[in-house]
Amino acid sequence: MQFHDKIRVEKAKKRAVKQIETRKRVDLFRHLPQYEHGTRIPDLGSKFFLLDPVHPAVYKVGLRYLSGDISDGNARCIAMLQAFQESIKDYSPPEKTLARDLTAKINCYVSFFIECKPLSISMGNAIKFLKTRIAKLPLTMSESEAKATLLSDIDRFINEKIILADRLIVRHALTKIRDGDVLLTYGSSSSVEMILLHAHELGKQFRVLIVDSRPKLEGKLLLRRLLGKGLSCAYTLLNAVSFIMHEVTRVFLGASSILSNGTVYSRVGTACIAMVAHEFHVPVLVCCEAYKFHERVQLASICSNELGNPDTISKVPGRKEINYLDDWASNENLQLLNLIYDATPSDYVIMIITNYGMIGFRSPFEFTSWVG
Amino acid sequence: MPDAHALVNDFVIKLRKRKIEGSKATAKQTAELLRSVISQQRIPHINQSGALIDAVKGVGEQLIAANPVELAVGNIVRRVLHIIREEDLSLATAAIGGLGLDAGSDDDNDVDGDEHPVLSAAAVAAAARSALRPPSLQTLLEDLPNSAAVPHASSSGGDSDGKSKSADKTSRSWKLKHNVIEAVNELIQDISTCHEQIAEQAVEHIHQNEVILTLGNSRTVIEFLCAAKEKKRSFRVFVAEGAPRYQGHVLAKELVSRGLQTTVITDSAVFAMISRVNMVIVGAHAVMANGGVIAPVGLNMVALAAKRHAVPFVVLAGIHKLCPLYPHNPEVLLNELRSPSDLLDFGEFSDCMDFGSGAGSTLLHVVNPAFDYVPPKLVNLFITDTGGHNPSYMYRLIADYYSADDLVLQRKPASRN
Repeated sequence: MQFHDKIRVEKAKKRAVKQIETRKRVDLFRHLPQYEHGTRIPDLGSKFFLLDPVHPAVYKVGLRYLSGDISDGNARCIAMLQAFQESIKDYSPPEKTLARDLTAKINCYVSFFIECKPLSISMGNAIKFLKTRIAKLPLTMSESEAKATLLSDIDRFINEKIILADRLIVRHALTKIRDGDVLLTYGSSSSVEMILLHAHELGKQFRVLIVDSRPKLEGKLLLRRLLGKGLSCAYTLLNAVSFIMHEVTRVFLGASSILSNGTVYSRVGTACIAMVAHEFHVPVLVCCEAYKFHERVQLASICSNELGNPDTISKVPGRKEINYLDDWASNENLQLLNLIYDATPSDYVIMIITNYGMIGFRSPFEFTSWVG
Repeated sequence: MPDAHALVNDFVIKLRKRKIEGSKATAKQTAELLRSVISQQRIPHINQSGALIDAVKGVGEQLIAANPVELAVGNIVRRVLHIIREEDLSLATAAIGGLGLDAGSDDDNDVDGDEHPVLSAAAVAAAARSALRPPSLQTLLEDLPNSAAVPHASSSGGDSDGKSKSADKTSRSWKLKHNVIEAVNELIQDISTCHEQIAEQAVEHIHQNEVILTLGNSRTVIEFLCAAKEKKRSFRVFVAEGAPRYQGHVLAKELVSRGLQTTVITDSAVFAMISRVNMVIVGAHAVMANGGVIAPVGLNMVALAAKRHAVPFVVLAGIHKLCPLYPHNPEVLLNELRSPSDLLDFGEFSDCMDFGSGAGSTLLHVVNPAFDYVPPKLVNLFITDTGGHNPSYMYRLIADYYSADDLVLQRKPASRN
């Protein structure tokens, strides 16, 4: 949906709170859905009975997205698919054929998820997979058989494309870690965390540098988990990356998606890390499961992105003295911009590690063959 | 009038405890302190400038040792030393000129040198010595016998000068002090008004419908942008917040109160936004002799992103920030590591951060540098109070403001005998 088209937006949302928010929009991002303030949860609750009834499992997962409980791409996808599984179990088709009705229901659930939080690319790919499976169901199949097939398909998807894929990625990546390495990672990526823990279990001697950034500060959670397992870590903020890069030997990054022109679409700040690493001639390795690949192409981070809560920029947790921007909403000259993703150009990345193997980058690749 | 020693000690304590924020405040206070030191310094009859230079060098050494990372202190000390040398030179030139000789006699060493090629080096040395000390019979007798060419010229001046020698000497020492203090006052004035001079050039660089990116907080940048706004240029500003000090918030608040369209972004979003930015304008902590910049942490990343997208990277710096030293390993030697409490709450990770507890749980290192080094190849333009310059031109400015003898501030022990 094109969010700069006001009429459509008004029709779709029917909210009265719009006036204040349109003033605070950053013009450059008018085409993206603006972050609506935390009035959503009670709002959603009141609309629960007005919208087409949403399965409680789906509703639960939607609330978890909204509250920021699940933010990792893989976790979001798995939660969504499991919610779909629950809803398919309880589903009974009416007069219409199963395929069409179920697809309509899935669409309804997906628009609910989008209301809670814009879809990540991994989720989009999983939904596409599910819809193709539903469409491919033979018409002669009975209801219970069809449901069983779908449930096992979803299970297989989760197993093959996510869980086993991660193990393969870890196995490939372990060959790239030597004793005495200093590994840098950014934020909190599940694949990179698994690689580090496995390498430590195997007894390899290395140090980890965790680079973190505002406003999410996800690196702290990763830091806590790694310290618990006994890895020797260092922690810093993104600004200091030029200072520490001279002692780093490898950079491991996670990705939300890899696009068709080789661009790495991941957490905002990844591009800065890759750029500085490139400047210091440190190899950058990106770990990404194959199901996250997408055939879209993107040049800059502005064309397609997600906007987060601007309030998290004005407030710094744990430091009350940073309160200069407390009244930012009342000032019409001031806007806060909280980007969630950014696009890293392919020339900064040396290698992409996927479950199908390791893809080196000497010339740009077309990834459409990897998708699906 | 408080004693110079007490003032110096106070200032040294303030520097050591990092109580003074910002290079402009530091520079101004250093200049004022040196002015007090000079005015209270008792000057002997011969070699006045040497005594002044020694005194200033002594104080300067202490100040620099208190805070080696604050380069403005060393800059001002060297500026004052240069002022002393210059004033002395001009006074000596005037004195010799006033005695009926060629005013540029000290500068015409090469003419003398041509006639006596063997003596050229000695002649230059003698001229230099006589420039630092007034011509007198005693100084002439100290000179080498074969450097008669120049002392011959000055000896005639010295002989004719003999009657008014004593009066001349006291008036000369007073004049030297007076001139030096006047020049230091001008220096203090320059430091205070450097913002206005830089802001005057804003209108040449900011046009209409521009998007400007900056990081952290800098008084110079605020004045620069507001000056462009006064001249009715329309532009918007993206301010990167500059964690972990979050000075970008302060800057944004100030800009908004002056009526500029401002958007605050996190530092991680700089690469994402820079393709839509026309110009990056930042302030600096110090500018080194090779054109490199010591800047708040995070600016190297911004400079690299700007280079990648061919966005001009402009650094605003007053001349008092120009340091005559070349940076060797500046990330380590010219950097300060601040407390980890800016990044982590001690409560969260206290078991891992307690380095004194011996063995036990894993230890965690937290890196929190204060400054970043931006190499000169990433900077497009320096805007100083004397105009806009290329990074490769900065070494030339050093010759105008600093003397080569002052680069190393340690006093030679032999001269103290």
